[in-house]
Amino acid sequence: MTEKEYDKIPGTIVFDADKSREGYHLNQFCISLRLQKNRDTFNENEEAYLDAYPMSKEQREAVLKREWNLLLELGGNIYYTSKLAANDGINFQNLAGRMTGMGVDSYREMMLKGGRSIEGNRDKSEWGED
Amino acid sequence: MAKIMAGVGCSHVPAIGVAMDTGITHEEYWAPVFEGFKKSREWMKKQNPDVIFLVYNDHCTAFDARCIPTFALGCGAEFQPADEGWGPRPVPVVKNHQKMASHIAQSLVLNEFDITIMNEMEVDHGLTVPLSVMFGDIKQNGEWPALVIPLCVNVVQYPAPTGNRCYKLGKAIRRAIESYEEDLNVVIFGTGGMSHQLQYKRAGLINSDWDKRFLDLMTEDPVGASQITHLEYLRETGSEGIEMVMWLIMRGALNENVTEVHRHYHVPASNTAVGHIILENNA
Repeated sequence: MTEKEYDKIPGTIVFDADKSREGYHLNQFCISLRLQKNRDTFNENEEAYLDAYPMSKEQREAVLKREWNLLLELGGNIYYTSKLAANDGINFQNLAGRMTGMGVDSYREMMLKGGRSIEGNRDKSEWGED
Repeated sequence: MAKIMAGVGCSHVPAIGVAMDTGITHEEYWAPVFEGFKKSREWMKKQNPDVIFLVYNDHCTAFDARCIPTFALGCGAEFQPADEGWGPRPVPVVKNHQKMASHIAQSLVLNEFDITIMNEMEVDHGLTVPLSVMFGDIKQNGEWPALVIPLCVNVVQYPAPTGNRCYKLGKAIRRAIESYEEDLNVVIFGTGGMSHQLQYKRAGLINSDWDKRFLDLMTEDPVGASQITHLEYLRETGSEGIEMVMWLIMRGALNENVTEVHRHYHVPASNTAVGHIILENNA
């Protein structure tokens, strides 16, 4: 695949047409949890609820295991996956605490101190990545 | 004739709405966020707009992945606050100036901005949080003090419209509004931002220097701001910082020369840098 200009940004997945195509059924599942009656049905039997959404095995597993970063790698978008998180009682900040691997408390602390600096976080080379 | 008197730039962090809805705005964490809107609320009272033209984005609430319009104009009579997964916000239903909205829709299309017309649409925190911070607490059974025409912009799936396109759309919106024959005082809101990244391993990114420069550009050099590339937004302000293109729609609808009457900047609200500016059109 040809490289995209934003591929060099570290720790970031840009939700573009390729991701959107890959994640369509996953995202449609997530957004269904916006409504209380669907949240109730899902929470009663997650596996049965997921049968209605023809997502890949990997995506389905990632949902069941709540692998938040993997969900994004597989085409999920944060505004969709956050609906699954909200169903579990996890808000945006606590979700970010998990995705960064920092944990909820140190993430909150970092935000109180002004957030993650842009310095050292512009290019994958600064993270020792390609 | 209707007239755009001023523009408001404002973040729309969901947690700000939650803080207001649960009555914790006086707490140490939130007090500095709301302090910066005190003056804005007084200004809103004095300004007393008849109509707010409110540019925002939907966060996969009213729009799911089935349909992703780049620009969608709310033309229905009213808009219910949506359940985004934690219950709808306890705020009043948002009422449109329906006749003016359809006039704007027509005018935009004839001016070659082919927007989508929404006759049914729920609205999420992207629209209701800016109203709440600018008007203060309003009970669910009360009424918003102004009618609201929502313009919803896709900033979720890349690419969002370019800053340049947004700036030009702002100009077309102004032509549309100011060709409407009723004498109405209109204020335009551009919402979202500032720097923030909600997702993946770089979540929590904040770039205050960049944000402050952007606020300067809003006042002094909007054409310069309209040329900021998507790559720059994504890299320098985080994957969700690209919401700031919506401020350019607001800015495009104002005179080139404006007076900055208020500015507020605070980090953090949840994952986000809160930015706010009020710009009045010079007479």
